[in-house]
Amino acid sequence: MSGHVVSARSYFAVFLALMVFTALTVWAAYTELGPLNNVVMLGIAFIKATLVILFFMHVWYSEQLTWLVVTASFAVVAVMLLLTMSDILSRGLLGTPGS
Amino acid sequence: MSDHGTAEGHALDHAHQFDDAEQQRDASTLGMWVFVAQEILFFGGLFTAYTVYRSAHPEAFAHASHHLDIMLGGFNTVVLIASSLTMALAVHAAQLGKRGGQVLFLLLTMALGSVFLGVKLIEYGHKFHEGFVPGPNFTYPGSEARYAEMFFSLYFAMTGLHALHMVIGIGILAVLVAMALRGRFGPAYYTPVEVSGLYWHFVDIVWIFLFPLLYLIGRH
Amino acid sequence: MMEDTTRGTNYLNAEYGVKSWLLTTDHKRIAMLYLISVTAMATLGGLFALFVRLELLTPAGDLFQSDTYNKLFTMHGILMVFFFLIPSVPAVLGNFLVPMMVGARDLAFPRINLLSWYLYVIGAAFVLFALFTGGVDTGWTFYTPYSTSYANTNVIPAALGIFVAGFSSILTGLNFIVTIHRMRAPGLTWFRLPLFIWAHYATSVIQILGTPVIAITILLVAAERSLHLGIFDPKLGGDPVLFQHLFWFYSHPAVYIMILPSMGVTSEIITCFSRKSIFGYSFVAASSMAIAVLGFIVWGHHLFVSGQSVYAAFVFSILSFLVAIPSAVKVFNWTATLYKGSISLDAPMLYALGFIGLFTIGGLTGLFLSTLGTDVHVHDTYFVVAHFHYIMVGGAIMGYLGGLHFWWPKMTGRMYAETPAKVSALIVFIGFNLTFFPQFIVGYLGMPRRYHFYPDEFQVLNVMSTAGASILGIGYLLPFFYFFWSLRHGALAPANPWKAAGLEWKTPSPPPTFNFDQTPIVREEAYAYPLREAEVV
Repeated sequence: MSGHVVSARSYFAVFLALMVFTALTVWAAYTELGPLNNVVMLGIAFIKATLVILFFMHVWYSEQLTWLVVTASFAVVAVMLLLTMSDILSRGLLGTPGS
Repeated sequence: MSDHGTAEGHALDHAHQFDDAEQQRDASTLGMWVFVAQEILFFGGLFTAYTVYRSAHPEAFAHASHHLDIMLGGFNTVVLIASSLTMALAVHAAQLGKRGGQVLFLLLTMALGSVFLGVKLIEYGHKFHEGFVPGPNFTYPGSEARYAEMFFSLYFAMTGLHALHMVIGIGILAVLVAMALRGRFGPAYYTPVEVSGLYWHFVDIVWIFLFPLLYLIGRH
Repeated sequence: MMEDTTRGTNYLNAEYGVKSWLLTTDHKRIAMLYLISVTAMATLGGLFALFVRLELLTPAGDLFQSDTYNKLFTMHGILMVFFFLIPSVPAVLGNFLVPMMVGARDLAFPRINLLSWYLYVIGAAFVLFALFTGGVDTGWTFYTPYSTSYANTNVIPAALGIFVAGFSSILTGLNFIVTIHRMRAPGLTWFRLPLFIWAHYATSVIQILGTPVIAITILLVAAERSLHLGIFDPKLGGDPVLFQHLFWFYSHPAVYIMILPSMGVTSEIITCFSRKSIFGYSFVAASSMAIAVLGFIVWGHHLFVSGQSVYAAFVFSILSFLVAIPSAVKVFNWTATLYKGSISLDAPMLYALGFIGLFTIGGLTGLFLSTLGTDVHVHDTYFVVAHFHYIMVGGAIMGYLGGLHFWWPKMTGRMYAETPAKVSALIVFIGFNLTFFPQFIVGYLGMPRRYHFYPDEFQVLNVMSTAGASILGIGYLLPFFYFFWSLRHGALAPANPWKAAGLEWKTPSPPPTFNFDQTPIVREEAYAYPLREAEVV
């Protein structure tokens, strides 16, 4: 990051990739993939986000600390989602405490 | 980040609390990353609410999602990703000291962002006329009106918060254009463009998730 | 060569006038601005506590109506949690000391630091507006759907005030993280940092990653009431437990924001007044980070009886036991530091020793609450109230007071009077225990929290608690007198009155605006006691 200049061509390449993935996700939305639909949609979104983070936001060229900050924040969101959903999805399986 | 004078009257290339320009640059960049981290958590709360409610009412959410215009949403996605490209190119131009390129790409980014907001305004107008704005005037065909109203509450909360961040971003870009016109940015100092870029790309990433989650539910 | 005492230019007299204070970017002045604001908010919060305890003198709800009583404990909670406990140590002591302890001239972003203070003040203004135009009665926890659909009180301004104050907290954390990463003096490696810095670094991580979640959550409460975005509206399928998940996702880590800085203060005081280096430095440093990480995965223990699934409750219960471990590590290490130390019982040390004991009691009682079975019995009773007051008041506030006393000479250039300070510390300790220990008992016996009437058989313990509260109040009032007195008549403080280790003690008292004439170079570990004579300025 400090001083590293990414070529304009790399940016255009990433943009192209993002367009391809966007088209892909729209195609997948209209295609019956069963339970894989959600996986594919989210997966493509994560790939696009990763491309933006690594190349537009220069994390690919940055120090480890930057990578740690990004990862930590997504990890904490994941924790929030996972543990909350673990409650939602297991309600009624074993009753509630005290009952 | 402005020029600072010393007692001797020479302009310093860094603020007084820093030892040198490199420390200032590293501090500013880390600062913006930490800010982006907290923004991720800020939107994360909304994504959690979305996940909980969509898992509870998948079909109602899918039906409600079909009322969103996938053409406008898709168009906006392309526009916003393009604006990230122009933003990256603006940083590139700043790194190389190309004033013309900086101003051009910053203005393009602002224009694309404004197009995005214009389309969102149109979409919100549509929703208003269809009666899909949550509240006392919400009307929705079908038996799952209340879960559809939940979907639209999330829709407006998430896209509204996102749009607010874009408005702020465009404001920041306007300031950058003014600075770029005065020749403030070059290989030795382009940090404001870089960190504003980080903010702008983050706003793009939020939309990268919002688009499939709001517009593309159950279209198969 | 630094002057020992500065009757010349220091940060307090470098500039005069209201503008020089309200537009300052000097971290030390901002710390003083925070000192005044948090003291004001704490005093107001304490006033509400007084009213609560007065009502609870008698079993009947005869002093206030139920609705009014609800407003009293709500305002007490909001003011104390968001406007005193969260900011106190970081915004007052942290702001003052973090740059100095790392050998810097200021924080990384001085103007953002000033913005933090203004956000605090604006947030406080919103909440005070909510208070003086009728109050809020939802509890500081704002549970839905009461807060969103049914309350007729000033929820929106209170919520917005907390939202704004949250960003004050976030920006402070941001500033600390960048400062600690980027602006350490030459030779000051991570494992040479004072534990106060480690504590504030861990706190800042929590502030960054946790606070935004309550920000969006409380914003949604305000949005539901004003814009009809019914995210928590039961009519739209809104889940009250979702609110609790989102609320406690921050509010549990928030308690670690409240305690970690005081733990950092304790490490500084214990080492200085034992004349010994900390036992197990790396364990204490690592435990701060462990608390920050583990603190994020235990929030469900606040939802054990709310309708959360038993499966999730199991998981949160086990994780909650885990988070006790790093706290215990600290207590063991402080104790080992004291062992065979050369102890002097100055006022800061009295507060630090009190902290260790009272925090331990509070922490141990937390284990009863993490245990599913016992929690069903004591949830929403005074047992819980006693538990968190032992940690927040017996722990966090004692740490804050200890730190105020310890660094008072540095911040003001004056020595406070030691005897009244020791007496106050003792009064605080006695008053505190008399107030809150009976609450463990009465809670276990079944007295619910947030009720202003109770069965007759609980009156004796409640009277004891209120008596204790009056004593505690006196203990808190006394420092006002001797601290103010010291500003005029206190002995001029030398640079290092306690002969303590740390870069902040190498500057004059009070320090000059830019802290150091030259950036110090660090060549030794933290807590290098006994200090070489040449180092004792």
